[in-house]
Amino acid sequence: MITALLLFWPALAALLVLLIKGQGAKKVAFVAALVEFAIAIVATTGFDAASGATQFELNLPWVENAGIGFHIGMDGISLLMVLLTTFLVPLIILSAFKHDYKNPNAFYALILFMQTGLIGVFVALDAFLFYFFWEVALIPIYFIAAIWGGVNRIPVTFKFFVYTIFGSLFMLAAFVYLYFQTGATELAAHSSDVQAFYQLALSAESQSWIFWFLFIAFAIKMPVFPFHTWQPDTYTESPTQATMLLSGIMLKMGIYGVLRWLLPVVPMGVSQWDELVLILSIIGIVYGSVIAIRQHDLKRLIAYSSIAHVGLIAAGIFTLNEQGLQGGVIQMLSHGINVTGLFFIIEIIYRRTNTREITSLGGITQNAKALSIFFMILLLGSVALPLTNGFVGEFLLLLGVYNYNAWFGAVAGLTIILSSVYMLRMFQGVMFGTKSEHTEAFTDLTFNEKAVLIPLVIMVFWIGLFPNTFLSISEPAVGNLLNIINR
Amino acid sequence: MTSIILLSVFGIVNLFVGFLKSKKILLPLALLFLIVVFGVNLLGWNNTQTYFNNMLTIDNYAVAFTGIMVLTTLLILPFSQSYIDAEDENLAEYYSLLLFSLVGAIMMVAYENLIMLFIGIEILSIAMYVLAGSNKRSLRSNEAALKYFLMGSFFTGVLLFGIVLIYGATGTFDITEIGAANVMADGTMNTMFTMGLLLLVIGISFKIAAAPFHFWTPDVYEGTPTFFTTFMATVVKTAGVAAFYKLMNAAFEGSFTSWFPTVIAITVLTLVVGNIGAVIQPSVKRMLAYSSISHAGYLLMTLVAFNDLSENAIFFYSLSYAVASVMSFGVLKLVEDAREGNQSFAAFNGLGKTNPLLAFVMTVSMFSLAGIPLTAGFFGKLFVFSAVIATGNLTWLVVLAVILAAVGIYYYIKVVIAMYMQPAGENTKVPVSGFAALVLIICTILTILFGIAPGLVSNML
Repeated sequence: MITALLLFWPALAALLVLLIKGQGAKKVAFVAALVEFAIAIVATTGFDAASGATQFELNLPWVENAGIGFHIGMDGISLLMVLLTTFLVPLIILSAFKHDYKNPNAFYALILFMQTGLIGVFVALDAFLFYFFWEVALIPIYFIAAIWGGVNRIPVTFKFFVYTIFGSLFMLAAFVYLYFQTGATELAAHSSDVQAFYQLALSAESQSWIFWFLFIAFAIKMPVFPFHTWQPDTYTESPTQATMLLSGIMLKMGIYGVLRWLLPVVPMGVSQWDELVLILSIIGIVYGSVIAIRQHDLKRLIAYSSIAHVGLIAAGIFTLNEQGLQGGVIQMLSHGINVTGLFFIIEIIYRRTNTREITSLGGITQNAKALSIFFMILLLGSVALPLTNGFVGEFLLLLGVYNYNAWFGAVAGLTIILSSVYMLRMFQGVMFGTKSEHTEAFTDLTFNEKAVLIPLVIMVFWIGLFPNTFLSISEPAVGNLLNIINR
Repeated sequence: MTSIILLSVFGIVNLFVGFLKSKKILLPLALLFLIVVFGVNLLGWNNTQTYFNNMLTIDNYAVAFTGIMVLTTLLILPFSQSYIDAEDENLAEYYSLLLFSLVGAIMMVAYENLIMLFIGIEILSIAMYVLAGSNKRSLRSNEAALKYFLMGSFFTGVLLFGIVLIYGATGTFDITEIGAANVMADGTMNTMFTMGLLLLVIGISFKIAAAPFHFWTPDVYEGTPTFFTTFMATVVKTAGVAAFYKLMNAAFEGSFTSWFPTVIAITVLTLVVGNIGAVIQPSVKRMLAYSSISHAGYLLMTLVAFNDLSENAIFFYSLSYAVASVMSFGVLKLVEDAREGNQSFAAFNGLGKTNPLLAFVMTVSMFSLAGIPLTAGFFGKLFVFSAVIATGNLTWLVVLAVILAAVGIYYYIKVVIAMYMQPAGENTKVPVSGFAALVLIICTILTILFGIAPGLVSNML
């Protein structure tokens, strides 16, 4: 039941927020998101981390007589994703407090509505339900980005929308195909339940093309090179809150989809193509990093760095060993936290200077001590310095890739050097040096901005110092996953 | 059967009520009539009756599709506000013609005999020819009526020719007897039978605007007053597809192999022409016309699948498509009335600011037509694709349809972009009558309801 509560509370709250006129909407939305976080905490305390089983399950018939169920529940991986979502959404709402968007009720209602879609993706245990929430999460973010975004928002978000839907339609076709493979002896016994999919014994050939149908959908969402072309523009043109939602949470949908619906469903397909996927991911790491080094716009820089980071997560996951998978899960959390924080810091700088160009900034440290510290911590988390959250994930991921193939590990390891280059170059350009005309009157963080950044920084250290809090939650679930893949 | 009689009587009553000075009573009266018919129709559920020496059968199939068509008409009528306001419009006649054409539509889903199918199509079509030209002073409307009439009569001729050849080959008009007739001689199909079958398929393909017999559709849809276009795109198409499926299922199940190549070619062509054609249309109405062609393609996919999932898939798809079309054409009509007949995408600019309700309704409708979750259209597509994939060897068709559905999102989202992301400019608030707003809200609720709980209607047949 608590899963259903987690799922529907944001949607209900969204309807409520929609009715509130004026800027009061943001407060109600914030409180609603906090309540959602509290529900997630309650769920976590009741969660038996030692067992890899799915917990808090609810399984109701959805489309009668067709074996399509409203089946939701959480295992360790889902729980971590739900925690990430519920943790970030209140902060994202809080980060918009000083910005008066037009039609605030619609803006915040869409954020909450999207949260329902995101949670739904992470808890759905039925293929069609998963697809349903997958698209439900897309619609609000499209509108947020396309209505409140920058100058070029219309063509950019249009590409984003059509591109992602194009990918997901393939996923739908694959799901329909898999659905008809279940209960093959009896026509009426089809099921789209995740367990039914796991029990399928498909031929290697059909697994091979099902793999691509599913992979394209997930790869576009993550995005993996060469399916990333929508991403930098969309991140840049979206309002910061949408960018945070997209990069912090939504791209995790793609990775989560791989974990839940790709690896265990078509293991033979994966073993045919995993090398290619690893190569693509590693190209993505190097490509994203190298382009990030050349960027002048802060938002674009972080957008490309995100491609690099996600490339490493994808590479680690497709190694199909425990280090890679565990590293992928923990890195999803870390990346979500770091990238949300970094985009917020860019927003803070932009609010004060009206520019995101590195060349027109500089010398901010002299005026803003607190901002410098927070920025530095998030940045170091992002470049995977030991004791920060990024280190745990990247270490495990690189170990996983190295175990798979030492050469791949060596090339993927470049990410550590390259990310230091672009991150520190950015920090240097923005924060050090002489003041520019834009940063002359730079003021330090306000209370509201600190309120957003402090929880994020706490998490940077928590995951960095005590990763076992989180690794132990996902470990049994990852073990289960590996058992299914290797059966 | 009762619904056919009632509709005919109500149509005549409506004509006489038209003699009254006040037109105000006409709309409530027509709505009341349709509600009565809807209720009476439902009484036939699980109570199969045959009439006229087995010429008509009112079974669950007929009741279900009659239900969709009556409901759709019920939802369309409130958009006639502009006719009520105008002095010189022959509102009573319009309503009566709509009721009469519904009689034809019901016969098309209840026939047991090819003659009844022919009569049904004619009753439906002749009313539509008149209504297409109902805007007497508009050149486009006249053109639409003439085009529709000439092309329609030609293809009715083709259909009739087909019926005659089938009769020649089997000696009967009864679809069950045709299905049982032995048309094989020395291991090959009777040529006369095959020819008749082909002509029948072509005749009905014209009625549902399937490519390559779709050329009339964009022009006729555009020229016809939007109020009647809605009826054409929904009731006529539903009746046509339901009749098509019933015909193939009852009469030509045994000769599947001889019509399958034709039907699959028509389906593929319709999907491609409809979706690609819609991309380049400058006006929303023409875009919707092409989109209706593409939906005929999706509906035909169930016929290609031709298994026990098909009936429910057609039913659900027709229902979701009809409701979404009422919404899209309804909003289009309100917008064009307020913008002096402008049907371009620019007419929708800024609608999200001036009329949030209309913009929201249009968005839901576009998403439903595009097949995006949370709307009924998603499950419509899902059921259709399921039926095709269940055949086991037609996955390529689903892949094609999926790619074209993605193309569909491209042109549907253009309307949404115009409404929410373009400035309103000189576009002012669109006036909406209470009845129309109510209908739009009901349709929106239905679309989302069926999009969340499709089980309510997905297993009726």
